[in-house]
Amino acid sequence: MGKVLMKGNEAIGEAAIRAGCLNYFAYPITPQSEVAEYLSRRMPEVGGVFLQGESEVAVSYMIFGAAAAGARVFTTSSSPGISLMSEGVSYITAAQCPAVFVNIMRGGPGLGGILPSQADYLQATKGIGHGGCRLLVMAPAGVQEAVEMVMMAFPLAEKYRNPVIILGDGLIGQMMEPVEFPDSLGSEPSNKDDWATTGMDTRKSTKRNLVRSLFLDPKQLNENNLVLKAKYERMKEEEIRYEKYNTDSDYKVLIVSYGTMSRVCKTAIDQLKEEGLEVGLIRPQTLFPFPEIAVRKTAEKDSCKAVISIEMSMGQMVEDVQMSIQGKLPVSWYGKCGGDIPTPEEVIDAVKGLNV
Amino acid sequence: MGKTFKKPEALSDQIMHYCPGCTHGVIHRLVAEVIDELGIRGRTVGVAPVGCAVLAYNYFTFDFQEAAHGRAPAMATGIKRVRPDLMVFTYQGDGDLASIGMGEIIHAANRGEKFTTIFVNNAVYGMTGGQMAPTTMPDQRTTTSPFGRNVEDVGMPIKVAELLAALQTPGYIVRQTVLKPKYINRAKKALKKAFTYQMEGRCFSFVELVSTCPTNWGLTPVEAVKWAEEKMLPYYQLGEFKTPDQEE
Repeated sequence: MGKVLMKGNEAIGEAAIRAGCLNYFAYPITPQSEVAEYLSRRMPEVGGVFLQGESEVAVSYMIFGAAAAGARVFTTSSSPGISLMSEGVSYITAAQCPAVFVNIMRGGPGLGGILPSQADYLQATKGIGHGGCRLLVMAPAGVQEAVEMVMMAFPLAEKYRNPVIILGDGLIGQMMEPVEFPDSLGSEPSNKDDWATTGMDTRKSTKRNLVRSLFLDPKQLNENNLVLKAKYERMKEEEIRYEKYNTDSDYKVLIVSYGTMSRVCKTAIDQLKEEGLEVGLIRPQTLFPFPEIAVRKTAEKDSCKAVISIEMSMGQMVEDVQMSIQGKLPVSWYGKCGGDIPTPEEVIDAVKGLNV
Repeated sequence: MGKTFKKPEALSDQIMHYCPGCTHGVIHRLVAEVIDELGIRGRTVGVAPVGCAVLAYNYFTFDFQEAAHGRAPAMATGIKRVRPDLMVFTYQGDGDLASIGMGEIIHAANRGEKFTTIFVNNAVYGMTGGQMAPTTMPDQRTTTSPFGRNVEDVGMPIKVAELLAALQTPGYIVRQTVLKPKYINRAKKALKKAFTYQMEGRCFSFVELVSTCPTNWGLTPVEAVKWAEEKMLPYYQLGEFKTPDQEE
């Protein structure tokens, strides 16, 4: 299959099917409802499960039940909906079940708006649910990358027995771009006989499986948290992904930006280059684990005098950037969070305003 | 002559944590007997609630999932949709099902999800220490209705079986109790029917069981049975409210 022109939301739905995920539960919310609309037609064609739940809360538990029964399963939502799912996400993480969530972010807080935003960064990377649960967070910068990340997400979720979330801003879901579906990123579902409630007869076992998140014994609960922590540490070793742009130059400023915002930054960098100001970019593709060492090392170049985090939020990722830089260079922030994406000109002004 | 009465295979050897006089033990046994008799233990998945029965999985010998408060019907939906061949049931109390989980149970019933819900109604939140539930009787004293449930203030107790029976989707909706041996036999028949409908893939099945909570009612087990018979049974009437045969 060659390239096809597809809307991001529909491509995300198709990518899941290509990754062997034939189970989808969801609740409508702008700007990602097209995923549900697309899969309501596609899932019956491939013999899959499509169900529109009564709320995002219920959906998160449909995901939990299906994942705990051994199925590859995913859902999509947008910011306020993700807040409602966050309860279930915490349970799924505690019970160590694999599942994939997609957040096509809109502006907030509250009902906010329906236009693109990156204001759920802290929620996704630091505190998506109660009790200190963490998800592997991946952020695509276009439809093609969204497709690839969705397809990678399922085997990663199974590798870690932990939910994975794709954090895309509204533009990723709404824009159309040429996309090619890779054949090779899909994988066979992993063996889940050791833990999933697939029925004892199914796995020809006399040992029953129990999926739970309650550990009343403090030693057992601490033990479970150590298991989860070990997984997060392993993610830091094995899953960090990022891209660099114009870092062969003697850049004076390093921009840290992700998602749609990073594409605007690239345009600004090209224009600034023509004006004689070299600016580098590092784009985290995984937000948790955050490419902390790569950001620091990229900022350590002698020519680099300042670092700026540019985000469609009031400054969230900037906290991780500051932590990465460890006070070695000034770190500032520029962004907007109303739904209108900063223009290349605004980015240029922000960079020039650093007076390096 | 061999044993004529023994513990069901579906029931574990674990000593139960339930209080003296609590009816969960009887209901667990009935569920286990039905699962044994239908020969479905190897393909059954139970879903435990949040409440006194959160640890129900310790007492059964088949696959189990543990839900968040009220969400068991959504989890059961997830299981049953991806594995229609499994036999799935939720086991929920009245705080769990009739309060925080009301949305989940109504929509699961209305979609006609092919699983079974066992609803243990003892008119009170048990595990958290006897607070008022949506099913608490008028004037019943609880730790959050110390002067008795004031129906002017918080409304009348919810009759969940009747509420679900009003849905147009075919289903099996029944209320029984386990207060006395004669009732226990009827409760078991209802449970068996509910699981059989599920095995046949016919409909959602719902068995409400009027139960006791001597500890939180502040009564002896014997007094609790009497109280439930006198106060609860006239309000929570027993019987089948809906069968799938009606609609067909």
